[in-house]
Amino acid sequence: MAAHRCGLSLVCILFFSSLAHPSRCDTLEKANDNTATKRSISEVNTDGSVAGEDMNERQWQSTDVEVNRSDGTKNSETFTPAPAKDQFQEELVIRPLHSGDIYASFQFRTLWDTDFLQEGQKKVSHYRLFPKSLGQVLSKFSVQELHISFTQGFWRTMQWGQPFIPSPPGAELWVWFHHTVSDVDGNWKELTNVLSGIFCASLNFIDMTNTVQPSASFKPLGLGNATDHRFLRYATLPREIVCTENLTPWKKLLPCGSKAGLAVLMKSEKLFHSSFHSQAVHIRPICQDEQCTSKAWELRQTLNVVFDHYTSGQGKKEWSLFKMFSRTLTEACPLASSSKVYVDITDNPEGELFELSPATPLLSQAVVLGDRRTYSVYDLTRAETFGQLRSFNLLLRWKGDSGDMLRPLLHAERYVAGFGLQTGEIHTVIYNNHPYRAFPVLLMDSVPWYLQLYIHTLTVTSKSRDNKPSYIHYQPAKDRHRPHLLEMLIQLPPHSMTEVTVQFERALLKWTEYTPDPNHGFYVGSSVISALVPSMVAMSTNFTQDQPLFSSFVPVKEESSYFVRVYTEPLLVNLPTPDFSMPYNVICLTCTVVAVGYGSFYNLLTRTFQVDEPSPPLAKRLANFIRRIRGVPLLA
Amino acid sequence: MAAPLTLLLIVAVTIRAVLFRSSLAELISERVEVVSPLNAWKRVVEGLALLDLGVSPYSGDVFHETPLMIYLFHFTVDYAEIVFMVSPYFVDCLSCFLASLDRFRKQKYALESDRYPADCLELLRSPKEMFYIPLKVAMFYLLNPFTILSCVAKSTCGLNNAIIALFIFCTLKGSALLSGILLALATYQSIYPLTLFAPALLFFLQRLYIPVNLRRSSFWCFTLQYAFIYVGSLVVITGLSFFLLGSWDFIPSVYGFIFSVPDLTPNIGLFWYFFAEMFEHFRLFFICVFQINVFFYTIPLSIKLKEHPVFLIFMQIAIISIFKSYPTVGDVALYMAFLPAWSHLYRFLRNIFLVSCVLLACSALFPVLWHLWIYAGSANSNFYYAITLLFNFGQILLVSDYFYAYLRREHHLTHGLYLKKKDGTEATLVLK
Repeated sequence: MAAHRCGLSLVCILFFSSLAHPSRCDTLEKANDNTATKRSISEVNTDGSVAGEDMNERQWQSTDVEVNRSDGTKNSETFTPAPAKDQFQEELVIRPLHSGDIYASFQFRTLWDTDFLQEGQKKVSHYRLFPKSLGQVLSKFSVQELHISFTQGFWRTMQWGQPFIPSPPGAELWVWFHHTVSDVDGNWKELTNVLSGIFCASLNFIDMTNTVQPSASFKPLGLGNATDHRFLRYATLPREIVCTENLTPWKKLLPCGSKAGLAVLMKSEKLFHSSFHSQAVHIRPICQDEQCTSKAWELRQTLNVVFDHYTSGQGKKEWSLFKMFSRTLTEACPLASSSKVYVDITDNPEGELFELSPATPLLSQAVVLGDRRTYSVYDLTRAETFGQLRSFNLLLRWKGDSGDMLRPLLHAERYVAGFGLQTGEIHTVIYNNHPYRAFPVLLMDSVPWYLQLYIHTLTVTSKSRDNKPSYIHYQPAKDRHRPHLLEMLIQLPPHSMTEVTVQFERALLKWTEYTPDPNHGFYVGSSVISALVPSMVAMSTNFTQDQPLFSSFVPVKEESSYFVRVYTEPLLVNLPTPDFSMPYNVICLTCTVVAVGYGSFYNLLTRTFQVDEPSPPLAKRLANFIRRIRGVPLLA
Repeated sequence: MAAPLTLLLIVAVTIRAVLFRSSLAELISERVEVVSPLNAWKRVVEGLALLDLGVSPYSGDVFHETPLMIYLFHFTVDYAEIVFMVSPYFVDCLSCFLASLDRFRKQKYALESDRYPADCLELLRSPKEMFYIPLKVAMFYLLNPFTILSCVAKSTCGLNNAIIALFIFCTLKGSALLSGILLALATYQSIYPLTLFAPALLFFLQRLYIPVNLRRSSFWCFTLQYAFIYVGSLVVITGLSFFLLGSWDFIPSVYGFIFSVPDLTPNIGLFWYFFAEMFEHFRLFFICVFQINVFFYTIPLSIKLKEHPVFLIFMQIAIISIFKSYPTVGDVALYMAFLPAWSHLYRFLRNIFLVSCVLLACSALFPVLWHLWIYAGSANSNFYYAITLLFNFGQILLVSDYFYAYLRREHHLTHGLYLKKKDGTEATLVLK
C-alpha cells in the first residue's frame, strides 16, 4: 500500500510540476515536512476535476463584476457546488476603522466530507485536509459542535463597530454534544483537558465551577436542531492570557501551516503587538448542497486582529501588509480552492478618502451585519495579483479625514458599583441605537459562586421605567460546585438605554482557594447579549450559496434581521482576603480559646470544693519524718 | 409589677418601631454580627423570590431556612416587622415563669430550711428580690441592644429564640407534651437545641419525684415517653416539610450547611477564620472536633447538674451560642436574659468586672475593626479575628464564672457560709 502511494505521489509531482507555477513549486520543494508535501500534492491532484470549474467561476466572477458591478453575489446560485470532496478556502478581510485602526480578519475554512456521527461510521481513519488531532477529538467525544476562542484585549464596539465573529476576552469554549452521549459532564471534562493540550491553553481549569448550560443563548450554528440544553456546555476563562504558544498550535491546524498562503502573514511578534487579538476555531456540521443530502464537517479558523499603529502614535494613518505583518504575500496556499483578500471600501466609493495600491478591478458586494458593504477583492490564486515583483503588498494611503461612523445598533457595557468588600452591584447597560425599532435581546450572565447574587434585587429599567423581562432562567450557584446562571429576555425600546442591576455579596474563601495574586481581584466572565437586530437591508437567507466566508458564518433565518452577539467587559472584583501568612497562628489561637473553654468546664466538672489546708513547710515535714522513724510524737 | 412591665413593653416596642422606620435598619440588617447566612432576612426574601421564579430555594446556596419558615413567611412577608416585633415577647413569658419557679423553690427552701446551716439564709433570696426577677429578665432581654439589633435586622434568630423560650416556659409549667413538641421545633430550626433534651427530661423527672436511676422502670418509662413525644414530633415536622416541598433538598441545605460550615463569611463565632485558614486535609477532622465540642458538654453537665435542670438549661444555651457554627448576637442575648435569674450568685462571681469590660469593649470594636478591614482597607482580617477571639474568650469566662459561682453556692448551702480551717482561722475554698 505504501509503495503504491509513493508511486502515486511521484506521478502527482510530475503532473503538478508541469502545471503549476514555478515559484509555487519552489516553495513546495522547500517545505521540510516531506510527508506533508506528498499529502498536499496528492490533494491537488484529486481536486483536479474541481479546479477546472473553479477557474470557470473565477472567470465568471471577474467578468460579471466588470459588466455589472452591483450584482456580485446574487447570480452565484447558478453555480453548482462541486461533488463531495474536502475543500479548503482562505480569506483575509481588511476593514479600515474610523478611529484610524485597522481591523484584519483571517478566515480559513476546511470542509471535511465525512459524517462519523452516523451509525456505523464511528471510526474515520482517512484525513486529508482536516487536522487529525481535531478529527479524533470530535469522534472520541461525540462532539456535535465546538466553538473555542482565545482573545487578548477587548473589542470596542463603539469605536470599531461589530466584529465578524465576536469573542469575549480570555478563552471561551462552548460545545454541543451529540444526543447519544450519556455522560456529558465526563466527556466535557476530558474534552477540556484534551483541548488544553492541543491549544497549549489553561482550558483544564474549566470545571464544574465555571461551566454552565445556557437554556437559550447558545443555539447550534450548524445542522441539527438540538434544543435540549443538557447537551450544551459553556465556559469562559476571562483570566486566560493569549500568546504565541496558543498561536503556534492553531497555525499547525491549517493544511499549509504557516508555510504558504495567507498564514504567512501571521508573525507572532506583530500579531501580539496590537490592541486586540482573537483567534478561534469553530467546528460544526453543515450541508454539502442545497438539498442537504449529505453532511460535511466545517472547520473555521478565524483570527481577528486590530492594529493601532495610528492611534498609538507609531505611524501615519496609512498601512500596508508589510507594515502590519512585516511580511508580504507571495502565493496562495496551493491546497486552497479559493484564496482572497478583501478590503472594505464602502466608505470610499469614488476613491476620495483613501487610495489602494495595487488597484484591483474586482469588486464584490456582501450583506454583512445588516449592512451592504463593498469590497475590493484580490484573488491570490491568480498570478497577476502578485505583479512583476512576485510579491503582493497591499498599501492604503489616506487622502482625507474619515467621517463619523454609524453607531452600532446594539452595544453594551458592564461595571461593578459599590464600595467596600462586603456587597456590590453589577450594572449591565444595554444600548439600542435603532431610531424607531424595538427588539428583544437575550442577556446571559454567568457569575462565579463566590459572588452570591440576590435575584430579588434584580431590576431592569429602560427610559427610567421598569422593564419586566418576559423570560427569566435563573440557576443559583452551589458553593464550590457551580456558578450562577442568569438568562433574561429583555425587550429594548427604540433609541434607549436599558440598565440591568443585581446585587451580590462577596464571600470569604478558604485560603487555598485564592489565586496566586488575590488582591488583584477575581474575574467575572463577560455577559453575553444575543439578539436578532433589525437589518437595514434585506439579508440573504440562502445559506448554501457561495458567499465570502466572513459573511456566511451565522445562518440567517429571515431577511429582516440579523444575528449579533455582543460581549461586555469582564469584571474584576475584589474579595476580602484572610491573612495568608498565619494558618498556624490561627489554628493555635482558636484552639487555645476552645481549650480554655473546655479546660475551665473540665475543672469545674471533675473537681470538688475543699477547704484549702496549706501543707506544712519542708523543715517541719523533715522533722516529722525523723520523729516518725524515732517513734516520737509528731509535731502539730 | 404589671405597671412597670407594661411600661417596659411600651418602651421596647417604641425603640423597635423607631429603628424599623429609620435609615439605620438597612445598615443593621447588613451587619455580620447581627445576621448570619442562616438567619439573614435578605436570604429569606431571596428564598421567596426563588419560589416565585419556580426555582427550588434549596437548589442554590443562599437560602438556609427550614421549609416551615419559608411557608410561614410566604404568608406573613408583608407583616414581617410585626412578626419580629412580637417574637421577643414570648421570651417575656419565660421571665414570668422563672419567677413562679423561684417561688416554688422558695417554698421548697422554706420547707427544708432546717437542712441548711443557719448562716446560709443570706444565700437564699428574699421574696422581695424574687418579685423583681421577671421584670429584670424581661428588661435584660427586651432592652438588650443585642436583641434590639437582631430584631431590627429581622434576623430569624429572634423567632428561634422565641421557640426556645416557649419551650422553657412549657417545661417549667410542667407540660411534657408541649415541651417535647417545642423542643422538636427548636431542633428542627437549628439542630443544636437537641442538647436541651437532657435538662428538660431531668426537670420533669425532678418534678414528678422520679429518681434518676437506670435500674428503675419508672425512670425508663418516663424517659421513653418524653423521647417518644420529642422524636415523634420531629418526624412529623420533618415529614410535613417534605410534603410541603416535595423533596429532601432541605436536609443538606439546612443541616448539612450547619454542620459542614461551607460559608466562611465572618461572624462573631470561632468557626469562620479557623476554617478559612485550615489545611485542607485536616478540615474534616477539625469540623468533627468543633461540632462534637458543642454537643459533648451535655453528658458531664447533666451528671454534675442533675439536681439543677434550670441552670443546666442556661449552661446548654450558653455553650450552644458560644460554640455553634454561625452565632449571632441574638443567640448571645438569649442566654444573657437568664443572668438576672442568677442574681443570687453575684457574690461568688470572680471576674464579672473584667468580663463585662471585655464584652462591652468587643461589642464596640466589632464595627470599628470591620470598617477598617472591609471599607477602609487599613486593617486586615486578623484585626476582626482578634476581636471575635476576645469576645468568645469573654463569653467563656462569663459562663464558667457563673458555673463556678453556682457550684460554690451549692457547696456553701450544704457546708455553711463561713467555713473554718482546722485551726479555727478563716478557710479558703479551692477546687481539688
